[in-house]
Formats: sequence, structure tokens, C-alpha cells
Amino acid sequence: MSDQSRALDFLGAYCPVPLSHSEQIVIGHGSGGRLTHNLIEEVFAAQFKNPFLEQRDDGAVLPEVDSEFEIVLSTDSHVISPIFFPGGDIGRLAICGTVNDISVMGAKPLYLSAGFILEEGLQVEVLKHVVSSMVEAAEEAGVQVVAGDTKVVEKGKGDGIFINTTGIGIRHKSLQIGGCRVQVGDQVILSGTIGEHGVAVLLARGELGLTADLRSDVAPLNQLIAVALEAGRQEKGNAIHAMRDPTRGGIATALIEIARQSNVGIQIDETAIPIREAVLSVCEMLGFDPLYMANEGKCLFFVDPSKAGDILKAIRSHPYGVEAAIIGEVIPQPARKVLLRTSMGSTRLLEMLSGEMLPRIC
Amino acid sequence: MDLRLRYGFRDTKLVQAKVRQIRKVLTRPWSIMEICGGQTHAIKKFGLDQLLPEEIELIHGPGCPVCVTSLELVDKALQIASLPDVIFTSYGDMLRVPGSSGDLFSVKARGGDVRVVYSPLDSLKIAQENPTKQVVFFAIGFETTAPANAMCVLQAEALKIENFSMLVSHVCVPPAIRAILSSPHNRVQGFLAAGHVCTVMGYWEYVPIASQFRVPIVVTGFEPLDILEGIYRVVLQLERGTHEVENAYSRVVTYEGNIPAQKVISQVFEVCDRTWRGIGVIPRSGWKLRDTYARFDAERRFETQSVEGQESPLCISGLILQGLKKPYECAAFGTLCTPQNPLGATMVSSEGACAAYYQYSRHAGSSERSHV
Repeated sequence: MSDQSRALDFLGAYCPVPLSHSEQIVIGHGSGGRLTHNLIEEVFAAQFKNPFLEQRDDGAVLPEVDSEFEIVLSTDSHVISPIFFPGGDIGRLAICGTVNDISVMGAKPLYLSAGFILEEGLQVEVLKHVVSSMVEAAEEAGVQVVAGDTKVVEKGKGDGIFINTTGIGIRHKSLQIGGCRVQVGDQVILSGTIGEHGVAVLLARGELGLTADLRSDVAPLNQLIAVALEAGRQEKGNAIHAMRDPTRGGIATALIEIARQSNVGIQIDETAIPIREAVLSVCEMLGFDPLYMANEGKCLFFVDPSKAGDILKAIRSHPYGVEAAIIGEVIPQPARKVLLRTSMGSTRLLEMLSGEMLPRIC
Repeated sequence: MDLRLRYGFRDTKLVQAKVRQIRKVLTRPWSIMEICGGQTHAIKKFGLDQLLPEEIELIHGPGCPVCVTSLELVDKALQIASLPDVIFTSYGDMLRVPGSSGDLFSVKARGGDVRVVYSPLDSLKIAQENPTKQVVFFAIGFETTAPANAMCVLQAEALKIENFSMLVSHVCVPPAIRAILSSPHNRVQGFLAAGHVCTVMGYWEYVPIASQFRVPIVVTGFEPLDILEGIYRVVLQLERGTHEVENAYSRVVTYEGNIPAQKVISQVFEVCDRTWRGIGVIPRSGWKLRDTYARFDAERRFETQSVEGQESPLCISGLILQGLKKPYECAAFGTLCTPQNPLGATMVSSEGACAAYYQYSRHAGSSERSHV
């Protein structure tokens, strides 16, 4: 470079302009300062648009609830790996998880909060994608995300993105629904095929070198449940005595929980449980029991036998319940136990898992 | 779950017909041992023992490699896994097996780098990716896992992966059958040999055993219909007073077995005496790495102190593994000893007899039977 050109380049003393860090998360995004504000404006506020968030206050002031209703609150944290999997991502899961927990209480979910723990180095594009999935799922469920929080942890101290959602819903005071209200004779309805979420996520990790045409069933169930509740409506209360979404631990764990809560026995017919071929094959190969595989878009209903047919029909009329089936019934003995009638005609006991499901080794 | 349509070997009607066939030929009580833990698991999972006539007693054999891996080796694994700069890899089931002081899960919780793998080759890959660490694979198993483990050693040699080694705990079925039949307390009158073991090894090794001890041995698969067919053929022989080796799993197993696999095994491993947890030393019942491959032997690579292993005094897993007791005959079963808090290895692996009983039939013991 000649002296002359160097002289031409010199335009006066200047400070280097700081990088905007709009592409990946840095520690500063959790500082509460300008980077945090930029992130809120560009990622969160830009997508979760509602009057509550637009106030930019520390909390959301929610409208009064009619005195005929009670408030139901639930919370769920999501740490799934990988963040994206066939059929969904951590964002859709975070909305559906809390919406479903509120819905199985017989409540109508209304408002959610979302807390994000982001790992340094996360691509902002990834975050935007996750947030847009949250928006889509929230729109589908008819709920609003009205409060939020973001923290950033150093690289290596998190796994990309963790999301906590807390939600509130309202339930009519006349509705008596809960895991302890199941009665002997109740029919057990399952809203569809089992194990797809667990298997889809397992395969998405890519450690097993297996592929299958399978998608997670992650879905908001509030509308399906509303349809079922409508069909179960009785002069006094509802023919649906309890509902549960069989997530981690699968339908086996959910059934055992209910049997214990209501002090009843539950008998399930193995041949009645809907399951896809791919789920069955993967489980056979790896030594997993599909009864214990996670679901994120299924619901178990415990219903009065006189209304079971109507409720099943209503559930089947909803897109998320097309493959619903009656899979068993509530029996007096053995109390607090779940029995599985196998396809061979023998009976076995379902137990809670004692840890992670372990693959067979020989 | 309509398994009938998907898997012919689970067809309810065929299963029931096979049970009727067994009833038809049966005239008196017989005790039959299924050697393999995988078969024990299937028997309990499908409730096959409930379908069988009372006269048939199924005795669950020592064919679970997790259960029979000696306490001494588990303790060595715990010591190696606790070392700095070691990545200890294992099949998932081994993580909860109790050693004298804790298990691999507790080593992991204290900061040890313990990883679950599904194949020894995964472990080799970890070694390639972490050249500054020592990567150890816990090579447990019967003849079934031996070819893959042997191939892995050959691969490590070919790729010159020097930071990889194996803690070998291989065991073999035929010497265990001999040991059971030689016991003065033996009650076993016929055997179901493990189909997958015979896939690798063939069934020529069982012929002298059957004739020496005058017991029928039937090579048997793992689906409900396979197991019942194996039981049927054993019963038929017992009733007729014959003692042949039969192959009821001919869609997979041949007399000679998989000869290239056997060659790889004998290239890498040699026969050794092996301690079986709960049973003791069975002569010539295991495999260890040949001296040529000594540099891949974790026992030689790492200094481990020999600890005098202490089993729980309550645990009767030795008697269970020899078929002398049933899990529900143990005072600690389901109370002090559960899968969450196992006192012995038979309560850990899904193929352990105690875990299978706990999982599938704790409410009824083995006495509950329904009739087809």
C-alpha cells in the first residue's frame, strides 16, 4: 500500500462499532439492557402480539372471572432434545403441554406465560422458529401468551433452549373432575394411537441409526376435550369422571396413577389399544414397551358406562380423536393396580417404570 | 394392540392350539429350564406360564449376562469409570447393577464420564472423537454379543485406535448347563436352549451334554409360539423317554451356526474360567482376550485394586439363577428389594428373573393360571 492511499483511507479517529449480535444469542441478551430489549421487540413482541404484552409492564392484568368459575393453574418445563423433531418442536410442545394439563382438569385454558432459558451461542433464527411454532399452537388452542421472561446462561450450561410455560384456565364450579373421582364400572377411552411422540423423538436423536415414517402427536387437546365434555354433560355434573394426558411414562403410568388416586383397579385389553405398526416395530427392536412411551397429543377418559358410547362418538368426530377406542374398564379389585389382558388371553400387572426405559442387550 | 395380525408367532389361536397340544401329550409333572433371560422375560410378559398346565414347572435359568457378571468385575468397572480422563461406556442395563459400593449411575452422578451405548462400535467412535481420553467398553454378554465385540477389537487394531479398551465379562451357555446338571440339587429335566446363542454357535455343543446327562435340549426362539413349541418338544421327549437335541428355531439356527462369526470369536478371545455372580466359578465358562490383543484389555491397562466384594446377605439370587428358588420365595422380594433399590443383579436387568416377576406378576406369584 502506498503512502498516498493510506492517507486517503484515514477519515479521522473513530470507535469500532459494536456488533449487533442479531444472529446468535450472547450473554448480553439476558442482561436486561439494550440487547434484551432488542430481543423482546424483534423476536417475542413481534410474534406474540396482544394487548397484555403491549403494555410492557412487569405483569399482565387479566380480566375478572365470572363467579361461577374457578381458576385452574398449571405449569410445565420443557427441556426436550432435539429442539426440532418430526411433527413439532420445543415451542409447540411448550404450549401444548400446559394447555393439555389445564384441559384434562376440565378447564378452558385462557392465558399462558412463557419463560425462556437460552444458551449462549443459540442462533436467533432458531429462537424465532420456536417462537413462531408457539404462536401457531397458541392460535390453534385459542390461548394468549401474556407474560414472559428471558435468561441467558453461558455456553455449556444449558442445551440450546429450555422453556417453561405456566397457564391459567377457568372451570365451571359444577364440574367435578379429577383423578380421585373414578368409579368402578367406568369405561376407559383412549383418544388415539400410542407412543408416537416418544418414538419420534428417540429416532430424531439419530443415535440408533433407525428411521421410520413417524411424527410426534404433539397437539393441543382443549377442543377435543370440550367436545367430549359436551357429550358427557348430564343433569348433574358430567359423565366424564377423570381425564389424563399420558405424557412421560405413557398410558401405563397414567393408568397406575389414576388407579392409586381413586383406589380402584383398572383392567385394560391389549388388543383394543390403538398403535401404529412403526411404533410397534421400533419398540420390539429396541426392547421398549409402547405402553410406557410418551404421548403429547392423547387423552385418557374415565367415563360413566351409560354415556361411554356417546362420548366415544363425539371424540371420534374430532380430528385428534379419529382413532379413539374403549380400551378397558374400572374394576373393584385388585385395588390400586392395573391389569393388562394380553393378546394371548393371559393377564399381567402393569408397574411403574423404575427408571429410564433400558434397552435389551442380548 | 392387535398383535395377531402383525406377528404370526403371536397368533392367539395358534398359541392356544399349541397349549392344547402340550396338554394332550402330558401325563405327569415335568421341570423345564429356559436358559435365556430373554425367554424368561417373554414368558412373563405374555403370561405364557399362566396358559400352561400346572404339571409344567418353568425354572428360570442363569441366562442374563447383566445378572451373572461377577461382583468383582462390577467393582472394577466402578473403579475404572471413576478415574479422571476415562470415558466408560456400557449397555444401559449395567448402569444400575449394584457393586460393593454403589453403581455406575452413582459414579456418573459424582462426575465420572459414564455413557450408555447400543453397540461396541459406538464406543470405538467415541474413542476416535476423544483421542486424549481413555475409552473403555464394558463387554458383557453370552455368545450372542461376542462376535460384535471381537469385531470391535479387530477394528480398533486396524484403525490403530490405541485409547480404546474392553472390560471383558463374556460367559458361555454350555458350561452353565453342565454346571446345573452336575449339581446334586438339580431338578431340571429338560432345557430350552437360547435361539440367538445357537444362531452364532450352532447346536453341536449340546449333543454330548444331552447324551451324557440324558436330558432333552430344544433350541428355542423368543416369540410366544416359539417358546411353546420348544416346551412341547421337550415334553414330548420327556414323555417318550428320549434325550435328543432338537432345533425348534430352524428358521434362524443351523447345526454348525455362523462359522465366520465363530472364527472371529476364536481369533480374538480364548476360553477361561469365569466367576458367575451368585453361582461361583464355573470352569472354562467364559472368554477373555487373547494375549495378542492384551493391549485392548482394560483389566491390564488400568490398575485396579481387588476388593473383597460383599453381596447383600438377604439376596438369594444365586439360588434363583440355579433354579432352586423362585423370586417370590425370597423374603426381600418386592419389599426390601425392588427395581428401584435392587439388592442383587437379578432385580436389575429386564431379563433378570426377579425383575421379570416384579414387573409382570407380583400380585399373583406364579400360582395364578387360567385355562385355555
